[in-house]
Amino acid sequence: MKYLIMIYSNPDTWEHPIYLRDPKFLALPEAERERLTKQGDDLFAELAESGEFVEGVALADPVHTRTARPRDGVPAITDGPYLESKEQLAGYFVVDCETPERAAEIASRFPDARLGAVEVRPIMDMSGQEM
Amino acid sequence: MTAGDIEDLLRRLAPQVLAALVRRYGDFEAAEDAVQEALLVAAQQWPERGLPERPDGWLITVASRKLTDQFRSEQASRRREERMAAQDVAVGPAVGEDDTLTLLLLCCHPSLTPPSQIALTLRAVGGLTTVEIAKAFLVPESTMAQRISRAKQRIKGAEFQSRPSAERMRAVLHVLYLIFNEGYTASSGPDLHRAELTGEAIRLTRTVHALLPDDGEVTGLLALMLLIEARRAARTRPDGSLVPLAEQDRTLWRRESIAEGIALISETLPKARLGPYQLQAAIAAVHAEAVRAADTDWLQILGLYRLLEDFDPSPMVTLNEAVAVAMVHGPVAALAALKPLEEQLAEHHRLHAVRAHLLEMAGDHEAAVTGYRKAARLTMSVPEQQYLNACATRLTDTS
Repeated sequence: MKYLIMIYSNPDTWEHPIYLRDPKFLALPEAERERLTKQGDDLFAELAESGEFVEGVALADPVHTRTARPRDGVPAITDGPYLESKEQLAGYFVVDCETPERAAEIASRFPDARLGAVEVRPIMDMSGQEM
Repeated sequence: MTAGDIEDLLRRLAPQVLAALVRRYGDFEAAEDAVQEALLVAAQQWPERGLPERPDGWLITVASRKLTDQFRSEQASRRREERMAAQDVAVGPAVGEDDTLTLLLLCCHPSLTPPSQIALTLRAVGGLTTVEIAKAFLVPESTMAQRISRAKQRIKGAEFQSRPSAERMRAVLHVLYLIFNEGYTASSGPDLHRAELTGEAIRLTRTVHALLPDDGEVTGLLALMLLIEARRAARTRPDGSLVPLAEQDRTLWRRESIAEGIALISETLPKARLGPYQLQAAIAAVHAEAVRAADTDWLQILGLYRLLEDFDPSPMVTLNEAVAVAMVHGPVAALAALKPLEEQLAEHHRLHAVRAHLLEMAGDHEAAVTGYRKAARLTMSVPEQQYLNACATRLTDTS
């Protein structure tokens, strides 16, 4: 089963890996910052090595976000995100793993989970079993 | 012999040659590289010069030479030399007929996860390219390459079993079944690469069946695959929507697959030791024998499910059995049979789908609609969701 892992963050400056720019991260003691960084590096290495990694995407600064809401034939494109929130989607990963528990475990090990939030959702299958 | 014939022949021989080399030298990864090189040479030479007298022996000789060349060029490493010396002692018996099975057993090694077992089986025994396997599983090539290479690393030095234990044999059949199922659920559009997996699973199971003709479960699995595959054209509409068994146009079922499946299961049932694949094949055969859905011998199906539950109890078997109970004893009895599953499968769409179906049969449309909607929310499949929501809508519109 494939899962979409969405990383939400509220960094000082937009630069990937985004958690390194999070004020909450910068406020941590050095040992803790190192531990968290290593946790992230280990996770990426593990996902690549296990064959669970499918895709990873880093998104541009939210200042580039444009939201399209055409109504009644009137094209309406506004600058800025659809959801008003401090936390912005910073990037996403797609993993292919065996259980929802494993997917949640992967999500919780992103350093960003400690600082902002990491959301994980199953991706639907385009084929189905006989009913 | 055309180039296509030679390609088919090479694909059939590749797993045997690989098995022979792994048996002799132990190093799966290096052996596979050597086999690939030997196949390449064969593909170039054979169309021009004709087939060698013993194509398999030729390939093994050429691949062995490539492998020893490779080892020799790496001889600077002392460790390697020492390992080679150790392996010289461990040279196994000559190549046997059942090397494909030996290789299959290795690919389904218990230290591997099911996705790795599947990937390695398709690569090493099925002869599919990494790109083909990646396409079938809708993942990038690098992801699939990583799965395969990790699997090879894991089984390095694993014991080469030529006499399969019952447990390892079960693992092999399970992997073949998973490959089949992966392909069977896919049927159209971008999923076509996946659909080819059913053909590959049937081909591999046929090979195992030819090697172990008296194994009832192998025969049962082959029969099951053929009987289910026969329904492929009827199970989806051109737009990809699902057609339940009871509503399928049975004239679309492939008669020759059904005939072969029924012949296999009828022949093996009376003489082999009974097992879950044979029972599932027997159930599929009873469905296949009914010209119309209404002609289905549900009493027999119910009996078979009860046997299956004894052999291989699982919530999914109980669920399917409940449908048979409903057809024989009515929906009220079937709903009672679901009770024990309600806690365990509370978040599983299948329980809610079956329950809704039974409630609909019992005439409780309101509860059935709730059940279908719940099942639709829980499923992870787009066509299943469409089907379940359509069931709910149909009942809302008519009540």
